[in-house]
Amino acid sequence: MSSLRHAWVSFVRDSRSGELTVLLAAVVTAVAALSAVGFATSRMAQLVRSQAGVVLAADLRLESGRPLPADHPYIREARSRGLLSTGTISFSSVVFSGDASQLATVLVVEEPYPLRGKVRIADSPYGEAHDVERLPAPGEVWVEARLLTRLNALPGGLLSVGDRALRIAAVLDHRPDQGAGFTDLAPTVMVNRADLESLHLLVPGSRASWALLFSGGVDSIGSFSRWLRAHKSDAERQIEVAESSEQMQSAVDRADRFLNLAALVTVLLAAVAIAMSARQFAERKLDAVALMKCMGARHHFIVRSLLLEVVCAGCLAALAGVAVGFMAQAGIVFVLGSLFHQSLPQPSWMPVWVSLATTLIMLIGCASVPLLELGGVSPARVLRRQLAPVRLSFYVPYLLALLALTSTLYVLVRDARLLTYALVVIVVAAAVLYGAGRLLVSITGMLRGAGATAWRYGLANVARRGHESALQVVAFGLAFIVLLLLVIVRHDLLKEWQATIPVDAPNHFLVNIRPVDVDALGAFFEQHHIARPDFAPWVRGRLVAVSGQPMRDRMPTTVRGRGFAEREQNLSWSGAVPIDNAIVAGSWWDPLRPVAPSVSVAEEFQRELGLALGDTLTFDVAGEPVAVTLTSIRHVRWDGFRPNFFLLFSPGVLSAVTGTYMTSVHLDHHERALVGELVRAFPSVTIFDVEQLLEQIREVTDRAALAIELVFAFTLVAGVLVLLAVIRVTRDERSYESALLRTLGASRWMVLKGVAAEFIAIGVLAGVLGTSGAALAGWWLATQLFHLPYSFNPWLWTVGIVGGALLVGGAGVWSMRSVVNAPPISVLRGV
Amino acid sequence: MKTDEPILAARHLSKQVSSPDGTLTIVDDVDFSVASGESLAIMGPSGAGKSTLLAMLAGLDIPSSGQVTMFGENLGELNEDGRAAVRSQRVGFVFQSFHLIPSLNALENVMLPLDLAGAKDARVRAVEALSRVGLTPRATHYPRQLSGGEQQRVAIARAFVTRPRLLFADEPTGNLDRATGARVIDLLFDANAAAGTTLILVTHDAALAGRCQRVLLLDAGRVVS
Repeated sequence: MSSLRHAWVSFVRDSRSGELTVLLAAVVTAVAALSAVGFATSRMAQLVRSQAGVVLAADLRLESGRPLPADHPYIREARSRGLLSTGTISFSSVVFSGDASQLATVLVVEEPYPLRGKVRIADSPYGEAHDVERLPAPGEVWVEARLLTRLNALPGGLLSVGDRALRIAAVLDHRPDQGAGFTDLAPTVMVNRADLESLHLLVPGSRASWALLFSGGVDSIGSFSRWLRAHKSDAERQIEVAESSEQMQSAVDRADRFLNLAALVTVLLAAVAIAMSARQFAERKLDAVALMKCMGARHHFIVRSLLLEVVCAGCLAALAGVAVGFMAQAGIVFVLGSLFHQSLPQPSWMPVWVSLATTLIMLIGCASVPLLELGGVSPARVLRRQLAPVRLSFYVPYLLALLALTSTLYVLVRDARLLTYALVVIVVAAAVLYGAGRLLVSITGMLRGAGATAWRYGLANVARRGHESALQVVAFGLAFIVLLLLVIVRHDLLKEWQATIPVDAPNHFLVNIRPVDVDALGAFFEQHHIARPDFAPWVRGRLVAVSGQPMRDRMPTTVRGRGFAEREQNLSWSGAVPIDNAIVAGSWWDPLRPVAPSVSVAEEFQRELGLALGDTLTFDVAGEPVAVTLTSIRHVRWDGFRPNFFLLFSPGVLSAVTGTYMTSVHLDHHERALVGELVRAFPSVTIFDVEQLLEQIREVTDRAALAIELVFAFTLVAGVLVLLAVIRVTRDERSYESALLRTLGASRWMVLKGVAAEFIAIGVLAGVLGTSGAALAGWWLATQLFHLPYSFNPWLWTVGIVGGALLVGGAGVWSMRSVVNAPPISVLRGV
Repeated sequence: MKTDEPILAARHLSKQVSSPDGTLTIVDDVDFSVASGESLAIMGPSGAGKSTLLAMLAGLDIPSSGQVTMFGENLGELNEDGRAAVRSQRVGFVFQSFHLIPSLNALENVMLPLDLAGAKDARVRAVEALSRVGLTPRATHYPRQLSGGEQQRVAIARAFVTRPRLLFADEPTGNLDRATGARVIDLLFDANAAAGTTLILVTHDAALAGRCQRVLLLDAGRVVS
């Protein structure tokens, strides 16, 4: 008989008789959870990403100083890939209204602009704005309120742009790609593409920026982006979501990390369940294998057919799990349909392959050890039942399991840093949990003489099964860590994250503030009962050399790095470390003592340009070289919406350079009229309304938080099921003892009390370990991975320990009730 | 059926194990042979080393010294797979605790040795074997649904379904009441006679041993008669 046929026959018989139930249930649960998480994660991640694309008005942009006509090869290529595209042209021009004139940015747009996000217009300056699905009609313009204020113009009037007088049809409140980089300092006039020629403003050689906008599915955009990068000229600038806005990038990064964490946690739970049930499956096969050997079956035949049986079971259960997972995510999408306002992208099939591969790798990794051991059982066991198989060397099982887990997690997470941390945590946690479990079990053993009979019996059992009890404490403890971590992440970290953009976060940035206006502007706000904001000095400058090496000789390869190296940067100085900044390397200067000219850089800047502490950075500031030493590196929370800088100088270095100041304030809706007053009082000050960007980031955060909560709901269900699986695994050990006790005259109630005592004791021990582990892991996640504040929550201990006792005790009694209800003879006969 | 060529021979067979009190000798210099078609009872009190001797004779365990020859093959020269190959199809077992696989029904338990040997007509032969022990109506029942006597009859059907040349029975009535035990033993000896199988029977029941052609009396690991 071939081992495959034998494996299949055994699989059919074992699944029919219930031998494989626990393993199958564990795999179905694991795959269902994994694929549901995978499906949901991929769909919601796509949604979050497309939401993030709003900042660019597209998923991908290409900007050029030369015309990009409508039949450009890039557009043809994009269309052939099924992508949507459009073009914009922007240039500076002086516009007139009556006698008044102002420098403005003319933005020429055509349908279907914008590809992501919405344009908002208002009927009057600083009035109520609303989304529109259209663009200014030919012969009309939409104009920003601050420009109208300076020109003393109103909607309905005429605006002269080039050779045309165009009707001001609406106030341009917001366009998705206005950005937060403060590069487009002049206010915008939006013009229809059909009017461009008649303006006679663009002639060959004119300074203008032509942009192509593209949008489409994640995969198509990804492959087109690679194509474009390979084909575009150096003069053309390709911008993706990741490069568009530090604030948005920060939000998307955090969302990705939370979602990855959810997936990682699910895998951990699945691994525990599969490992436990695979071992139980092997234990239950001991006698059958000894018997088969007796009948002449050879070692390799047995091992091969056992492995094949498990793989058969794994494959079928995994397929069932995928089906359940798919239905589950379809349910979520159905429930959330109205909430998301837009249809979720179609799920990719990737999660199916990932969860199938993941589960099979885990199954083989976790099951191969007990099955290989099983292959080594002596046939003499048929005569002497106490003969156990030779255990494999200590390192082999753990290395195999670790290898399986590592590959699984890498497939899922694809984040080496997160994975390394997770592995270190898993190994340390498992070792610490086991050690602590043994210690607690020993302490429990000392208490075994105390209490009523049921307690004595229960505690004696915990102590007697020292190794097994400790393993159960580890398994339950690990499940508790994960479950409690969900509570922490859900309640504390997500709230902290959402709180990074408080309702009163600054929504207006003021730049170009002359030093002489700083005090007056502060007074202006105080006069209107708005707290005086902090003013940050601001100078533009370009990095020209690092430790004497010109930047052109050390040009970074990444797009972002080239941007840092080639473009002028915003420079500022500060005596103290600003809010939202944390020093991660080096040290901040002492604000009370004179220091050598120094600079502190944000970690993104340092990483992209390969800078090291001690490097001398030379900047070109207003034509003058300024050399400073790099003394510290900062982590900056960009989504705090306060003025933040990649480059902060020590006081005194840039003070002599004529710079300006910038600040940010929060203006409530009813205070928006103040902007007009402010523009009139301080004509040189430029104001940016970032309320829309703020809203966009809030929306990303809220949607991602919702997605994460949903994903965690699955993980939670998986966790509870794993808990039940672990308890079921331990059922076999206890059923014989229960039958024996009942035969000796113990009542069912007495046996159940003993079982409850044992499980409650294990639950309390696991609760203590789980809570400690979860609190530590929560602290680590918050401070190291998410850069959020963390406070230890005393309620966690109550929930962990009482919850552990109730959950494990209750589930244990529930799982044992059928055993206790069965006639003892049927249990004893089955042994 | 009896021939002069021994089907099974033990030469100076000993088994020692280490214990906290030092080395313990369980089987001590046992020497005998069994001819084909012969029936031999190994008798002795509890702890005499009967089951250990049986395990070594069947190639389930290896002796500390001495040798076992089965079907002319020296088991000591073979590894576990080699010993399994010698047993395959030619050796049957009946155990005190039946050793039926709980996940298989009666018929499937009987089919198991044929399945392992790759027999094409496993089901037909198993049905026939079950009918010979009078359990056709119980073919689809699982071990937990069968009485002790019925379980042992399934085990006997399983032992004979491959028409083995050699059958080892370890206390086959040890878990049964006297009446059921007697019926099972009748069945065992009838099947043995019908198939002409060589029988090695371990028991501490003198009456049962008396039904065998020869009796080997073991005490403290040594053959005393």
